[in-house]
Amino acid sequence: MTLFLSYLINGINLGSVYAIIALGYTMVYGIAKMLNFAHGDIIMVGAYISFCAAQYLGLPALVSVLMAMAVCTTLGIVIEGLAYRPLRQAPSLAVLITAIGVSYFLQNSALLIWGANPKSFPSVVSVPSISLLNGSLLISGETIVTILANIIIMVTLTLFTSRTKMGKAMRAVSEDKGAAELMGINVNTTISVTFAIGSALAAIAGVLLCSSYPTLMPTTGSMPGIKAFTAAVFGGIGSIPGAMIGGILLGIIEILGKAYVSTELGDAFVFAVLIIVLLVKPTGLFGKVVPEKV
Amino acid sequence: MSIEKKATRLVPAPSYGLLPERDVNARPVLEARNLGIEFGGLHAVEDFNLVIGKTEIAGLIGPNGAGKTTVFNLLTKVYQPTMGTILVNGRDTVGMTTAQASKMGIARTFQNIRLFSNMSVEDNVRIGLHNQIRYGMFTGIFRLPAYWKCEQRMHERSMELLSIFDMQDLADHKAGSLPYGAQRRLEIVRALATNPCLLLLDEPAAGMNPHETEELMENIVKIRDSFKIAILLIEHDMKLVMGICEGICVLNYGKIIAKGTPEDIQNNPTVIEAYLGKRKEA
Amino acid sequence: MKKRNKRMTDKLITFGIVIVAFIFCQIMISTGNMSRSLRGQLIPICVYIVMAVSLNLTVGISGELSLGHAGFMSVGAFSGIIAAMWMHKGIGVENQVLCLIFAIVAGGIFAGIAGVLIGIPVLRLRGDYLAIVTLAFGEIIRNVMNCIYISLDGQSLHFGFVNPNLPGKLLLNGPAGTTGIVKMSTFPMAFALVLLTLLVVLNLIDSRNGRAIMAIRDSRIAAESVGLQVTRYKMMAFVTSAVLAGMAGAIYGLNFSTVTAAKFKFDTSILVLVFVVMGGIGNIRGSVIAATLLTVLPELLRAFSDFRMLFYAILLILVMLVGNNPTLRSMVLRIIPRRKNQSQDGEVN
Repeated sequence: MTLFLSYLINGINLGSVYAIIALGYTMVYGIAKMLNFAHGDIIMVGAYISFCAAQYLGLPALVSVLMAMAVCTTLGIVIEGLAYRPLRQAPSLAVLITAIGVSYFLQNSALLIWGANPKSFPSVVSVPSISLLNGSLLISGETIVTILANIIIMVTLTLFTSRTKMGKAMRAVSEDKGAAELMGINVNTTISVTFAIGSALAAIAGVLLCSSYPTLMPTTGSMPGIKAFTAAVFGGIGSIPGAMIGGILLGIIEILGKAYVSTELGDAFVFAVLIIVLLVKPTGLFGKVVPEKV
Repeated sequence: MSIEKKATRLVPAPSYGLLPERDVNARPVLEARNLGIEFGGLHAVEDFNLVIGKTEIAGLIGPNGAGKTTVFNLLTKVYQPTMGTILVNGRDTVGMTTAQASKMGIARTFQNIRLFSNMSVEDNVRIGLHNQIRYGMFTGIFRLPAYWKCEQRMHERSMELLSIFDMQDLADHKAGSLPYGAQRRLEIVRALATNPCLLLLDEPAAGMNPHETEELMENIVKIRDSFKIAILLIEHDMKLVMGICEGICVLNYGKIIAKGTPEDIQNNPTVIEAYLGKRKEA
Repeated sequence: MKKRNKRMTDKLITFGIVIVAFIFCQIMISTGNMSRSLRGQLIPICVYIVMAVSLNLTVGISGELSLGHAGFMSVGAFSGIIAAMWMHKGIGVENQVLCLIFAIVAGGIFAGIAGVLIGIPVLRLRGDYLAIVTLAFGEIIRNVMNCIYISLDGQSLHFGFVNPNLPGKLLLNGPAGTTGIVKMSTFPMAFALVLLTLLVVLNLIDSRNGRAIMAIRDSRIAAESVGLQVTRYKMMAFVTSAVLAGMAGAIYGLNFSTVTAAKFKFDTSILVLVFVVMGGIGNIRGSVIAATLLTVLPELLRAFSDFRMLFYAILLILVMLVGNNPTLRSMVLRIIPRRKNQSQDGEVN
């Protein structure tokens, strides 16, 4: 039972990281209507920046995280402006292939800069662990911080999209770009801001992911990125609470699958969930149906 | 009207059809009974009854947003109706797909043109012939004799069909590069290639100048006469509708508000009100 | 009829190019003018041509982005290897060409079965969702392949899942891959597969079924309205593409002494996609040329091998931007004047 609980907590920890990544995915997909394949690699960049800031510059953990966020935000805006904005009118196939190109660009640039050898990421969390049930169940500081960060981010984002002017603009653009533009909303700025927020979240997710799973490689981000997309689809693409719940459920499924069925097939489980969700309820748990106009 | 209740297969049409003087014993090509569809509580089309005779040209008119295209989508099974029955040549089409509806003989054009724009004009027509002239995948890949024979027949038939609108010379052009009017005509040719018994035209004259419209009117009548098919058309150009339609059905807010001959419709106060609004009482 | 003739010429040119290239290679080999490393690339080049042409059938002709093409190659490779080894060692057929043909057929059949099984759910989806699900299937295939163990005991094959104890000699050892393969693949056989692939794909495109596939790509709703069964034709393209990829996989697998499932990861799918995009989506001849050049080039530029994928990534982005952004497109067209009819004629060949 305690073993199960510890798996469950691990699952929630991993799931919370997925949830933070999925929030970035879901916002970008909701507004720019594109699958930003490179999102996972921004996680990796964020983790490397934080790693370098702490390791080589000796900056304190919090500052290194802020630096990672700053770099990723800039990176997100630059990528959007250079690679995605020129393709706003292009077919989705072209945009997706470009995003794959950007993903490979980031991975291989990282490979050239930081090398292929995995780096051991020092945890940025200094919160002590909590032990429960007479010490048989240990909740690590990383887990606590990850879960807290996830909740704070979700609440902030929900308030941001419903209360602020920019948030409302985002929702308007996601409904109808043309109409939003006619209402005086600057669509390009809105999409840039969305990418900026998504990328900053990716930086946080990268640091938290590597604090719990300390192997940092150029390909660190790609699998979590794809799984987080799965989480976003699971929860219903475009929905903020959906991304969070989808992420956590997926994390739990992955950890329990690996623990109780087969380590080799852990990833296969996650993808099986994706396929089943898309077939049974393509709109996800909280998504809405957009009928095709004839 | 009691027949509607038991209603899946029925042959003789009662007189709620479009044309009162039509032979009521002839089996209608299309019969829609109490047809309706609901989108999340909104009745886009409701209680739609229509009978079209074998070689009738009928018009479906109404203000914007009245549900005309929705009716087409129901008849072609793009949407599955939530109420009512559609009979094509007396056969119920319940549960059929769009492709099956096409095989039953319903062909259509689209309000916003949907050609296979990266393919040539002739290939567009050949795709219309897809279910008329058939051979298998292996015949095609390994170029068995049947391939050459069928392709030759397809070519001849496509040219014949294109000649309705004098478009043979355009056969090798890319469909997407044709001028607007030619694209509309090609859509009609493609629809005719499926060998339909009922042709649905969604705003065939949209974007055409008066001269082209005139030509189109002649051609629609010509098509009806030579193919012996029924035609139902949605059109805003009243000159065209009143000029060639034998029966007209007026739709407003998803409901039929009037049916009858062009003269009936022109003098119908409900129709005038729907189009122009109510006269203010001074 | 002008168009017909043009298509015929196009097809003949494509076949001409590959046949001339093959003869040229054979002459170079027999006169000893081809370097060892380049000779080692000949079979992979043929394999990648088949992969690229078959993926182009899905992406360019059928219009569905598949990110799991390497999965079918993997299924083909492993089933092909097992089939060949069983025939060679189990039954004792000495003739390696026969064994290889049997392997190619088996690879095609098994990949085809995988294609049907995956196609049924996948083809109900559209656009980005379809792409991501093919990716998911590619990864699932790789995961599952890592857990399969097959051994040969006399004439009978034994199958096991997740670390079993099997009698006889292990052929497929889970994550460690296949062992003790007799390298049977030959350049002429690989080339024959290229010819078969071109024959199938080019003739399919220029036939009733191929037109239906392209019609569905251009407008699904219009295609349905003229009576095409969308799923049937999407499936036809998807499964044909999977069968060809499986055949390529069989040749690829029998070209190495060991093959692991890790060889067919996501990167391989992307590599093939790069070939398709570089050669022009929907352009079969382009795929052939791109697959050849982009397989040979990195070998010639060994010094820059670290930059290979980076270079591909940048190329991919640039080609997409130039191809799809009107401003950039006209800019490039001004610098490089192209033949006029080339840009207008979107017809595939």
